[in-house]
Amino acid sequence: MKICVLVKQVPDAAVDKRIDPATGRLDRSGEANLNPYDTHAIEAAMQIREGGVTPVEEIVAVTMGPAGSERALHKAVSLGADRSIHLSDDALAGSDVAATGYSLAKVLESENPDLVLLGQQSDDGECYTIGAVVADHLQMPSLTQVVKMDLADKVATCERQAEYGYDTVAVELPAVISVGDAINEPRYPSLKAIMGAKKKPLDVKAAADVGIDAGKVGVDGSQVSCGDFKAPPSKESGRIIEDEDTNETVAEIVAWLEERKLIA
Amino acid sequence: MSSVLVYALHKDGVINKNSLGAISEGTRVAGELGGQCDVVVVGGADLTDETLAALGNYGASKVYKVDGPEGLSQPVIDAMAQLIKTNGYSNALFGGGLLGFEIGAGLAARLEAGVTMEVTAIRVENGKAVAERPILQDSQISTSTYRGDVGIIIGRINAFEVKETGGTAAVEQLPVDFSPFSLKAKMVTRGEQRGADVNIEDASVLVAGGRGLGEAEGFKMCDDLAEVLGGAVAATRAVVDAGWFPYAGQIGQTGRAVAPKLYFAAGISGAIQHKVGMQGSENIIAINKDSNAPIFEFSDLGIVGDLNKILPKLTEALAAKKAG
Ligand SMILES: Cc1cc2nc3c(=O)[nH]c(=O)nc-3n(C[C@H](O)[C@H](O)[C@H](O)COP(=O)(O)OP(=O)(O)OC[C@H]3O[C@@H](n4cnc5c(N)ncnc54)[C@H](O)[C@@H]3O)c2cc1C
Repeated sequence: MKICVLVKQVPDAAVDKRIDPATGRLDRSGEANLNPYDTHAIEAAMQIREGGVTPVEEIVAVTMGPAGSERALHKAVSLGADRSIHLSDDALAGSDVAATGYSLAKVLESENPDLVLLGQQSDDGECYTIGAVVADHLQMPSLTQVVKMDLADKVATCERQAEYGYDTVAVELPAVISVGDAINEPRYPSLKAIMGAKKKPLDVKAAADVGIDAGKVGVDGSQVSCGDFKAPPSKESGRIIEDEDTNETVAEIVAWLEERKLIA
Repeated sequence: MSSVLVYALHKDGVINKNSLGAISEGTRVAGELGGQCDVVVVGGADLTDETLAALGNYGASKVYKVDGPEGLSQPVIDAMAQLIKTNGYSNALFGGGLLGFEIGAGLAARLEAGVTMEVTAIRVENGKAVAERPILQDSQISTSTYRGDVGIIIGRINAFEVKETGGTAAVEQLPVDFSPFSLKAKMVTRGEQRGADVNIEDASVLVAGGRGLGEAEGFKMCDDLAEVLGGAVAATRAVVDAGWFPYAGQIGQTGRAVAPKLYFAAGISGAIQHKVGMQGSENIIAINKDSNAPIFEFSDLGIVGDLNKILPKLTEALAAKKAG
């Protein structure tokens, strides 16, 4: 079977994220990396391959993003993907969640995967719904936040936590599954894999290459626009203690609790 | 027509509280838009006409009942897409949780509509609903305006207040032709409670542990501290998923929402999905070794340090104080 893994390049966790006042979009300058949640999706694909129950012919990493997003793809390949696809087109800039999901679905259509995996959320946009958008376009069943997945006879038996506790859902393939970060412990890439990643095939595709309707993407094609940014009502910031002498720290915590009559 | 369609989540014949909040909010917004608020439910015989008619008490005009599998997103997308196409709603609205996110996003794809999630407030401007959503760890609020005919709004958990207005709703059975792919996911078991049944809702002090405890045994430190503080122990999803702590003690978006007098967070980063379940606490203390952890943004007292060093000593000091 063929597995496609959706990945995204996001600002590094150490970068202070901010909105560019000129465009109303996230300022993506500065150090960028593979969305950490996506490493769990790649690992899940690798574990299916290595599990041996279901033969996996190919694992393909797919991203949509501006030039420079190759970095995330190289990382994805170093973690196990066989090749990667970079959907990159100025016309896609500023796409909202629905337009992004539509665009990714178009790439996936041309790949015809048996399973699409993605991470539970992106570290930057705080979005965890792209899988559902992609699935509807591909007319595939889908489930998000999956923390356990067993594959047998073209059915993925998935467990995930929802509003009332844990659900177990049997999902027929082909399907779109977003995995939670508890599903596995992603491996570290070997030095050899890191060195070899740039040699693996990386296809760059423009919107027209995969049949994306330019009227449905980008700023103009998106059905929702975000703007009018404002600061939330400010909350008095709390006191911060750096623990240097733990006895002193503890004494301060006790005093703080006493002051507020929180000691039983 | 500028009416609002709300999806109501349920289990065992009881409608979810966040859905009731969404119905109240949908009714308010529909009122400003000059339309009505209707509700759709998808499920089995446990949804009685009485239960559904009672949604009128939160403002619903009409409740559409669809026979279908519960707890899965795609059958609901089919039902809502059908209703929106025939009745022409201007907005689809969901309370916080998880399923509503999947339905709302899938519906956006189906209808080629805009969707905003984690919404905390809805306003009506120029005859259209606009949605406010906090972004970047709640440091900014962005406003979504919708093009097109339909705007999809997914609320943040507990964002919409439940308001009882009195009244009953008309209940109508709605036949839906489900898409073939919508029936390819099948619920095997729903809402399994993993781990012991711990009670955290009545506690006035909660000591909550996260992944920073390092291992399941780390909860012993929380137990000990909770005992001297006269409280109970709670947890994040990360440690519940890992099997370190029972689901019944989980705080957050897909767990419980609490507002104790004291919330003591140990080794918790402070993700939004956790914050939404505890931000109403009167006093919040956090211990985290990372001075950039988001939890410090909403703590009253933040300790930057190693919980393994601090927790045992703190417990000891409090115990000594009690004894003395
Ligand atoms: C749809 C959805 C729903 C979700 N629902 C929930 C929910 O209901 N509840 C919930 O909690 N989460 C929920 N999450 C998950 C949430 O996004 C976070 O992943 C989770 O809350 C993180 O848990 P954590 O803080 O324990 O772990 P981490 O984020 O890994 O944080 C661990 C922290 O411990 C600190 N630490 C490590 N070692 C030490 C030490 N020795 N001393 C002190 N500090 C230390 C680290 O600096 C770090 O900040 C949900 C996510 C999604 C996408």
